[in-house]
Amino acid sequence: MKEIYDVAVIGAGVTGCAAARELSRYDLSVAVIEKESDVCEGTSKANSAIIHAGFDAKPGTLKARLNVRGNALMDKLAEQLRIPFRRNGAFVVCREGSEVPKLEELLRRGEENGVTGLRILSREEAREMEPNLDDGVFAALYAPTSGIVCPFEMTIALAENACANGAEFMLSTEVTGISKAGDGAFDISTDKGAVRAKCVINCAGVYADRIHDMICEPDFRITARRGEYMLLDTWAGNTVDRTIFQLPTKMGKGVLVTPTVHGNLLVGPTADDIEDKEDTATTRDGLANVRRQSALSVKNIPYGMVITSFSGLRAAADTGDFIIREDSGVKGFIDAAGIESPGLTSAPAIAEYLRDIVAGLMPLNEKKDFVPAREGIVRAAYLPAEERAALIAEHPEYGQIVCRCSQVSEGEIADAINRPLGATTIDGVKRRTGACMGRCQGGFCSPKIMTMLAEKQGISLSEVKKNG
Amino acid sequence: MAEHISLAVIGGGPAGLAAAIAAYDSGITDVTVFERDSELGGILNQCIHNGFGLHTFKEELTGPEYAGRFIAQARERGINCETGSMVLSLTPEREITVVSRDKGLRVIQAEAVILAMGCRERPRGALNIPGTRPQGIYSAGTAQKLVNCEGVLPGKEVVILGSGDIGLIMARRMTLEGAHVKAVAELMPYSGGLKRNIVQCLDDYGIPLLLSHTVVDIKGKRKLEGVTIAEVDSTGTPIPGTEKYYECDTLLLSCGLIPENELSLTAGIRINGMTNGPAADDRLGTSIDGVFACGNVLHVHDLVDFVSEEAGRAGRNAARYIRERGKKNEPRVIGVTAGNGIRYTVPCTIDAANADEDIHLRFRVRNVYKGCTISVSSGDRELLAKKKRITVPSEMEDIILSKDVISGLTGGITVEIKEGGV
Repeated sequence: MKEIYDVAVIGAGVTGCAAARELSRYDLSVAVIEKESDVCEGTSKANSAIIHAGFDAKPGTLKARLNVRGNALMDKLAEQLRIPFRRNGAFVVCREGSEVPKLEELLRRGEENGVTGLRILSREEAREMEPNLDDGVFAALYAPTSGIVCPFEMTIALAENACANGAEFMLSTEVTGISKAGDGAFDISTDKGAVRAKCVINCAGVYADRIHDMICEPDFRITARRGEYMLLDTWAGNTVDRTIFQLPTKMGKGVLVTPTVHGNLLVGPTADDIEDKEDTATTRDGLANVRRQSALSVKNIPYGMVITSFSGLRAAADTGDFIIREDSGVKGFIDAAGIESPGLTSAPAIAEYLRDIVAGLMPLNEKKDFVPAREGIVRAAYLPAEERAALIAEHPEYGQIVCRCSQVSEGEIADAINRPLGATTIDGVKRRTGACMGRCQGGFCSPKIMTMLAEKQGISLSEVKKNG
Repeated sequence: MAEHISLAVIGGGPAGLAAAIAAYDSGITDVTVFERDSELGGILNQCIHNGFGLHTFKEELTGPEYAGRFIAQARERGINCETGSMVLSLTPEREITVVSRDKGLRVIQAEAVILAMGCRERPRGALNIPGTRPQGIYSAGTAQKLVNCEGVLPGKEVVILGSGDIGLIMARRMTLEGAHVKAVAELMPYSGGLKRNIVQCLDDYGIPLLLSHTVVDIKGKRKLEGVTIAEVDSTGTPIPGTEKYYECDTLLLSCGLIPENELSLTAGIRINGMTNGPAADDRLGTSIDGVFACGNVLHVHDLVDFVSEEAGRAGRNAARYIRERGKKNEPRVIGVTAGNGIRYTVPCTIDAANADEDIHLRFRVRNVYKGCTISVSSGDRELLAKKKRITVPSEMEDIILSKDVISGLTGGITVEIKEGGV
């Protein structure tokens, strides 16, 4: 721990981790303060996992600009950081001829935002490409640059790479107050003691308004807008190949149906504004809604293959756009707030944008020894047979399958636990390796994973946590 | 180059062991059992209660004891058992890919394959129970493993959803370990578990069984704080106004078992939609020539004794298949129809031209029937009628048709429940 950091990032979701990684390119000391015991514990862990093309946001908004830029940055980022990413393309479908102008409006908007390759497909063309589109679908907007990503691996990869380049992560550390000292630096109080920094970046997700209000004049509110999802078995993963959206409404992009990068099928979300910023419960009505609405775009969804349902919270700002700027009243305090969809897509671009703001506050000198690449956890099951055999020959623990559903080996779980910023909970292992994420949902493998976590932490099995 | 073996048995639990032993005793000694766990015995290893083996050994054994007898028999015969070995894929040509710590990744060509992968528990996600996802929710079998094998009690205040046998057994087990089991809720109007388990695991400990009830909400952010249970109507829909909140730190789920047929599916084996297991013929053969199935991967059993018996037949049939390849009578396949009140039958088809053993017809009924007759008929002819005081979905029924009756059949047979008349 340093006496004073150049930058303190509050929140280790995808925005905070992307910012930390970007800043770690420079000769700066960076601290990331996160109240949860792991990165990627809030909005970043439960969303649609889409790298949006960028036709949805109104031209001229930060959302539009950063979405398109973020989308363009993904290929290189995914390669450097070993993030599972696939440009599978997306449809926005409508059911009436009278709605075609709305698709055309999206197309125009997209082109104005700089999205390439957009075109309107007739019912027949659309069905040719996606045979399971509902019979009532009239036409579709096709966006070939849309993609799917693993949001956990994206956030974790950014964090690990930031960490490898010197950013310090303070996990299980909750910010309780922020004040400014006489020298202009920030005194950040936490439940684990004080942290000093010359500059603060607020990436606190649904809590961004509370963090902002600790030192700035309140000028925006963040509402947690809950979205419920159902995840289906990989046997259902080929129901559609592209991400199928419905026409957007004021509350969001509607219920989508999409394959995931891990081969599952994801359906959701609903959109309900809620009071409690941590209420990630699913509801009977919500799940029924997901099911009902999905039928408007895709038929033959095998709901008997649901393996889990979950809900996530969008951090929706009352301004309607991302709020990314240095506070007008408090010099050196930078908000990255209201990062709802397309926040995941925009994260790498938000990071650049934040870097430029920081550059106005202090000189940024590129580090000579910055390492842009990160070695991911080797997923033995995804290797070609010969490479997998060679890996097991050298490291036999990759031949010991722990999670049978996703074929995750002991070697992979050990790597997830032992690497820097490694997993300390069952959910942490799950998000890093895919273990427990399959059709038995950890029924068989969780005792073994608990044993490995307990051994590493020197605790008893009953002290091992699922989360938090 | 692929290694070659006569018989590959996938799974070293009670089904796989009994199948391997029977095949060996039928003259096929080049058998390998592949077991993904580090020990043989399968799920029996965590079933430390007694009640196993009454049919097979005429005595009451614990799960590990029961498994131990079969492990000993396999050892006596020198059957090759590879633990820590997971079969990753199976092709229609019976080529299997196996991965293990010691031997790495291997491709093995087998003349015959016996599927004995068992089953898994239906997880919370598949039940679509609304609410949060805190720590403290376990499938009953996972809790059983934690308590019996790892020495960890998952919690103190317990609610159980589903009255499957493992849930009932765990209600008693958790009680004996000092936990307080508040209730067992069951969606259906009847129990999913055996009567003896209701009596010995719930009634004896004063644990209420709430039939036609389900969990409608789960509360707790990080750790489970409680669940809401409501009564359901005849369609399984919760009845408003009947909700009752139970404070608890543990929710166990015992809501059904699903045969683990991922390998069968990758091989393209036809699955029976009612059992979620391979559609089997009277030799327990699947839709792929030379691939047999037995135990819970074929259909979920109530007693392990019946698994062993069935697996023995699968082992003998696989041995016979290897011995007689191509040398059998022109098949004459007749269908077995699950008629009124019958959920499914194993087998689905019978080869009447090659029946050389009596045939076990195994099935489950759809509902509770009191004073009924189980009737097996072919066309207008009733082959067999078995009067029952009561039949329940939680118990597997087993009817034996003699090979002589089978040989004489010309048309398909139907199994059905005839109500009344007793």
